[in-house]
Amino acid sequence: MDFSEEQIERYSRHIILADVGPEGQEAIMNGKVLIIGVGGLGSPAAFYLAAAGVGTIGLIDGDIVDLTNLQRQIIHTTPDLNKAKVISAKEKIEKLNPDVNTIVYQKLITSENIIEIIKDYDFVIDGTDNFPTKFLINDACVFIQKPFSHGGILRFDGQTMTYTPGNACYRCVFNGPPPKDAVPSCSQAGILGSIAGILGTIQATEALKYLIGIGDLLTNRMLIFDALNMNFNTVKFKRNMDCPVCGDKPTIKELIDEEQAACDLN
Amino acid sequence: MKIKVNGKDQEVKKTSISVYELLSENKVQRIDMVSVQLNEKFIRKEDFQTVLVKENDEVDFLFFMGGGKYSNSDE
Ligand SMILES: [Zn+2]
Repeated sequence: MDFSEEQIERYSRHIILADVGPEGQEAIMNGKVLIIGVGGLGSPAAFYLAAAGVGTIGLIDGDIVDLTNLQRQIIHTTPDLNKAKVISAKEKIEKLNPDVNTIVYQKLITSENIIEIIKDYDFVIDGTDNFPTKFLINDACVFIQKPFSHGGILRFDGQTMTYTPGNACYRCVFNGPPPKDAVPSCSQAGILGSIAGILGTIQATEALKYLIGIGDLLTNRMLIFDALNMNFNTVKFKRNMDCPVCGDKPTIKELIDEEQAACDLN
Repeated sequence: MKIKVNGKDQEVKKTSISVYELLSENKVQRIDMVSVQLNEKFIRKEDFQTVLVKENDEVDFLFFMGGGKYSNSDE
């Protein structure tokens, strides 16, 4: 790839990094990353991936921007109220970096459309709020051997892990979605806005490391942080032979839309 | 006995304790919201009552955490 003068300048702080260099920057620019959910996690992830020059960024979200989003979903602004989140995000990405090709999917991801959408990407970021979708993303990525970053946040805490083929998946840790009544509704539980930023930028970093091919990804371990005490802890694990999707005797052989409302309004 | 829970030392008054008892000692109310590893092996929920944690064992609790979108317009 021949960089333009402008690109050399724009990406100079990447290019001078010994572990990135022009080859690493080229890998980023050839990379395709899909962000599922353009909310608290997806917003910072999209910003940093766009700034880094990721060649293609896919955005999937069926929602419109509302006022309660703006406390943490930093890619959306007050004038974007009532605009589709994917459109709002695409506009910011294009302003930040015209090199990026942004593809938008203004819909919910389901067992019907997920494979068709994720198959064209190198890496998937789970920025969704609900467990059925988290498990759907996991299962689809395991089925077609697609690397992805899981992220979850609650109040002052966050957790993230990265799946790559052959390593532990989200279902290795959690067999299936929690019972509906056990999950605190989002408006009840709350979230400190900046927590989403901490986690979304970790997810973007994993995507960039994967594209460049450097470092150790968060595979076979969960990074868990508690921002009130500002403790970061890593729990190591191995692929679980009892895992219903990637274990020795998998019981899940096709994609399912698990039932469970994510976040009740009440 | 001394054990480690999520990387931190914890003193337990007995010489062994079931996973289930350890969860309640740690004030985990909903066992369906937690995954438990004993010495880097996941324990099935149906075995929480019978599997025993012993001196120097390392236990990890992993809790469900939802997501980033926190949308209130999802179906
Ligand atoms: Zn698995």
